[in-house]
Amino acid sequence: MDNILHKVKKKIDDVTVSPEETVECPGCKTTQQKLKVLKNNMVCPDCGHHFRMSARTRIEFITDKNSFKELFDNLSSIDFLEFPKYKEKLETAQKNTGEKEAVVCGTARIGGIKCALFVMDPRFIMASMGSVVGEKITRTFEYAEKKRLPVVGFTASGGARMQEGVTSLMQMAKVSAAVKKHSKDCNLYITVLTDPTTGGVTASFAMQGDIILAEPKALVGFAGRRVVEQTIGKKLPDDFQSAEFLLKHGFVDAIVPRSEMVKTLSTLLKMHVKG
Amino acid sequence: MNAYEKLKTARQSGRPTSAAYIKQIFTDAIELHGDRRYGDDPAILSGIAYLGDTPVTYIGIEKGVDLQDRMKRHFGCPEPEGYRKALRLMKQAEKFSRPVICFVDTLGAYCGDEAEERGQGQAIAENIMEMSGLRTPVISVVIGEGGSGGALALATADRVYMLENAVYSVISPEGCASIIWKDSGMVEQAAECLHITARDMQHFGVAETIIKEDPKHFDKMCAALKKQLERDVDYLSSLSHDMLVDGRYKRFRKFGIYNEEEV
Repeated sequence: MDNILHKVKKKIDDVTVSPEETVECPGCKTTQQKLKVLKNNMVCPDCGHHFRMSARTRIEFITDKNSFKELFDNLSSIDFLEFPKYKEKLETAQKNTGEKEAVVCGTARIGGIKCALFVMDPRFIMASMGSVVGEKITRTFEYAEKKRLPVVGFTASGGARMQEGVTSLMQMAKVSAAVKKHSKDCNLYITVLTDPTTGGVTASFAMQGDIILAEPKALVGFAGRRVVEQTIGKKLPDDFQSAEFLLKHGFVDAIVPRSEMVKTLSTLLKMHVKG
Repeated sequence: MNAYEKLKTARQSGRPTSAAYIKQIFTDAIELHGDRRYGDDPAILSGIAYLGDTPVTYIGIEKGVDLQDRMKRHFGCPEPEGYRKALRLMKQAEKFSRPVICFVDTLGAYCGDEAEERGQGQAIAENIMEMSGLRTPVISVVIGEGGSGGALALATADRVYMLENAVYSVISPEGCASIIWKDSGMVEQAAECLHITARDMQHFGVAETIIKEDPKHFDKMCAALKKQLERDVDYLSSLSHDMLVDGRYKRFRKFGIYNEEEV
């Protein structure tokens, strides 16, 4: 699983802002006021670039006011392989994000309809999937199955977390089995692919939704661009592995800009309410 | 042997590939081709054969024997069509209540631009999810390399065996070394840190059985492997479909090591 973490880390956008702070838009390279970007749902007012979002900001933006109830936040990671630099990585990520791990789960209402929700946070070790991420998402599906709730999942990930060795790989199977069980009971699962969704997350629950949406220009792929370029011995076009590229090749249902996201999700959820 | 030496052994050219095991273990094998969607991936050998008296579906990742053959098969790195062919045959096996035997030997799924265009991630995701609910026994044998998601797509099984010198890893040790130390030369350390050996797999519950290797007596080794397969196929076939799928769910449900605070 190619981990593109080191390459994209520099582009992460911090969302805690003061009004005078500015940020360079990765889309059009102009300098933007952070507050303005924030108020515009973290979308560049000039070019429409969708900035990366923290899980909490995303939840606030997508769910009905005060409807979110967090679940499974009592789980945290252990460096059980004593893997080089993993402990420090976890501590730094926790300090910088205020989160215990790379995914926030719970229940909420979207457009008045109750659902289970998981939102991955790319600021936390590029939301790579280790035991805790896998366990929390699995529990979310099991909870939703028991309560007969739809699941809405926002994916972002560098892939499986190699610092947890093969156990992180097994999370792909663990979550997938829970998705299957939830699905067999005729429950709805909507995935929203956000920038960047790669590796083992693409090769498992990101691609298992009944309906797969994506944010504009989100990077979505299995192998990293550099690895693919090395394999085929040529440069790849800029739009390779973009949400638009996936749409063209038939792997996402629709690209939904952030301004339309709540409306789209609400409508889809409403269409699947069981009578 | 340390992890790195095992990695080198698992990759050694001349090591038996899936085709050799299929020939040695099964009888009356009939190869079945194609994914009925786009093409036929030579990196996956699959079909129906007898395991003793029992018809089974076999699916093996094939690295190839000589250079030309290996190139044709992308050195055992399957394309999406390979995974879709495998899934087609697994569904067929389910329909006819045939056990499925997989042989895993890959550095990983093929990393080409066209593989991405045709949904490499989606193909693997679908295999893993569908295998988790397959209502027929599935046994996977890692005979060489078990490379990441590309291996798991044929190893979401009721039982996993590791050959004594086979390895199974979330990322290639080379890839890991270049990310952690920015130096792909640190492979030996990476292999050690990642815990990739058959013994490690048994320790983490990823594999139930280790098959002893005997390069000088391949036929004897295959006879032992065949015996183990027959035993497990017999047992798994005696379970009801619900029990089988439930057992598989639990097998994967248990993975994960973490702290849990009391609420």
